[in-house]
Amino acid sequence: MSKNPEFVKFDKVDKSYDGKVLVVKDLQLDIAEGEFITMLGPSGSGKTTCLMMLAGFETPTHGEILLDGNIISNIPPHKRGIGMVFQNYALFPHMTVYENLAFPLRVRKVEKDEIDKKVDKALSMVSLNGFETRMPAQLSGGQQQRVAVARALVFDPAVVLMDEPLGALDKNLRESMQYEIKHIHESIGVTVVYVTHDQSEALTMSNRIAVFNDGKVQQLSDPAELYEKPVNSFVAEFIGENNTFNGEVIDIAKDKCKVKLANSEILANPISVKSKGEKTTVSLRPERALINPTDKMDNMFTGKIEEVIYHGDHTRVRLNLLGSSEFILKVPNSTSNLELKVSQDINIGWNSTDARALDPK
Amino acid sequence: MSSETKQILTTDGIPLEVSLKKAEKKNKIKAFLLVAPLLLFLIITYVFPIGEMFSRSIDDKMITNMLPKTFKEMEKWDGQELPPEEVFTAFYYDFKVLVDKQEHGKLGQRLNKEKNGFNSITKKLFRQVKRKKIDESTSIKEQIMKVHKRWRNVEYWQAIKRTAPPYTMSKYLKGMDMYYAADGSITQVEEDRRIHRILWLRTLEIAFFVTLFCFLMGYPIAHLLATLPMKYSNLLMICVLLPFWTSLLVRTASWMILLQQQGVVNDFFVLIGLVADDNRPEMMYNKVGTYVAMTQILLPFMVLPLYSVMKTISPSLMRAGKSLGGTPFVAFWKVYFPLTIPGIGAGCLLVFILAIGYYITPALVGGASGTLISNQIAFHMKQTLDWSFASAMGLMLLSGVLIIYWIYNKLVGVDNIKLG
Repeated sequence: MSKNPEFVKFDKVDKSYDGKVLVVKDLQLDIAEGEFITMLGPSGSGKTTCLMMLAGFETPTHGEILLDGNIISNIPPHKRGIGMVFQNYALFPHMTVYENLAFPLRVRKVEKDEIDKKVDKALSMVSLNGFETRMPAQLSGGQQQRVAVARALVFDPAVVLMDEPLGALDKNLRESMQYEIKHIHESIGVTVVYVTHDQSEALTMSNRIAVFNDGKVQQLSDPAELYEKPVNSFVAEFIGENNTFNGEVIDIAKDKCKVKLANSEILANPISVKSKGEKTTVSLRPERALINPTDKMDNMFTGKIEEVIYHGDHTRVRLNLLGSSEFILKVPNSTSNLELKVSQDINIGWNSTDARALDPK
Repeated sequence: MSSETKQILTTDGIPLEVSLKKAEKKNKIKAFLLVAPLLLFLIITYVFPIGEMFSRSIDDKMITNMLPKTFKEMEKWDGQELPPEEVFTAFYYDFKVLVDKQEHGKLGQRLNKEKNGFNSITKKLFRQVKRKKIDESTSIKEQIMKVHKRWRNVEYWQAIKRTAPPYTMSKYLKGMDMYYAADGSITQVEEDRRIHRILWLRTLEIAFFVTLFCFLMGYPIAHLLATLPMKYSNLLMICVLLPFWTSLLVRTASWMILLQQQGVVNDFFVLIGLVADDNRPEMMYNKVGTYVAMTQILLPFMVLPLYSVMKTISPSLMRAGKSLGGTPFVAFWKVYFPLTIPGIGAGCLLVFILAIGYYITPALVGGASGTLISNQIAFHMKQTLDWSFASAMGLMLLSGVLIIYWIYNKLVGVDNIKLG
């Protein structure tokens, strides 16, 4: 069966609540069948609004949303057949776990035997067999979350929407739930649209990530590309850690440019700069800068250690480098570790391909 | 695990429970002192008056104290035929004491309530005693029997005997249109005189329908209040609360202005041609007036508990219901409505209990067919001065409310009530 690459399609969608501010601006987004796509962004970036429009609780101010080729803008939520997991689980507190799961089947007039079978299957999927008669209040947060996931999947929807479903869980539980949801997705192949503001959650779980800011998709790509090759300084800043230098392009070639900082010059990879004289922000991942570089790197500088923070598996070093005292370095914890001391001078180097010259902040 | 639990000691060897109690004691005293003023207030203004009301409603000591010798002699009398000479004699001496204290009138009134006709014959007897016409050296029975023929009627003596116990349930029976018949059995009054039963039924009926109307109107308002954005819901909340801040009398009076035959509502009906000018419907001094005014006045008591419950229901629950495939109606009926039941229970109970004892509004707009049992209680408090009867009916009302509360508790559970 060939997968439809435009299973869900946002076609030039605008959304405004008050007629003054556009919350979502000209959104163009295709979601393939069976894909796990994450909408990632800070709060107020329009990601939840997109989800609500897809679920049918908000109507687009302009543009169309298509599900499997059909325009769904005028179909009410209960006829869309889209499963949804809510931020606060939204389990019906007056129903048992079984009744919660049976609800979508009962309203679809499914036979009693069939309901029993499907509920049982859904509960075993989230390993909650035997909890049928419990009330939601008798479950822990993680169990409630799993019931909510099972309920959104029990009626075999084509698309499942998840609105920051793990936001209320503690860190360990959140991580294990991430894997669990990922595995469920892989085993049943449902299309998942996931909304979160937690970048590590997005990187762990998704096939593709759409980074939202200011009502627009800033970058849509798979997790590795998003992290390695951010296309603008917002994405670079939002995903992972990031050392930045603000400067001006003074020389530019095909894959290299020279950027003049306050009192020095560095070589960088021109991503969004085109010509000489442009202002730019150069972004460099902390783990891409090495101490005492052995091979020939095209950026080599000396910095002074300002602070050393021990993190267990790695050590973070804050340096005063090129006039900025906010340069962060990540040193993995290995046996050959150097003695790092505050106010010591060290040599730092990185490749110009890793230093991405992006739009100015 | 061993079933024996070892006593746990604190470091200085005192059992843990003891030292815990010691540590808690100070807090307990503090807590008690904090509630003490309220407790005292409640005892003085609530428990004590209700107890007083109860004792007044069953109190029949006055006559017991008036005729002590008579009742003592009557104990020996079987109550079938005219009492023996001793009873008459004892009655005569009791009566003489009353004449000296000028309390014979009270006796007449009290006995007259028991059986009509006592008033005149005690007056007659009083005149004879006052003029010292009764010869104490011969048979007093003969002389009393000559005063009036009713003194020869055994039914009157039976009536006196019935008043002997210091307590009586007769007021409660009267409240239910029943009385003690001559032979002491409980009998219903004639059908055309059963006014109290009509009033009780009407009170229940009006309270029920007012509760229903309040629910039907209050539920959508509360829902709107709970779901509207803050700036609109605040305005609406003020509209709901505004009547709360207006005097009950003012509100009732304005309903009188609106509902009277030449009033605003009727004018409007005539204007739009709904009714003819010479055939204006009566909307006041009957049940309609009572329904309209009471529903409006009691509406906030329905809206507020409903609102406070609805406010806690997350809007995502309705959304979940819809996204799972429920039509808006199914989502409402299966998800939203069951969650509002605690509020409905609280609101209905509150409105019903308030309505069942409502007084001012039915008195002003109710007319003859719209008055309630509380108006009857007030009538006996102020007009007939039969406080013991008023107390009895008040207590019957109170026990009615308690029964409703008990039924509600059985059906829904009081723990489910949410007032906010």
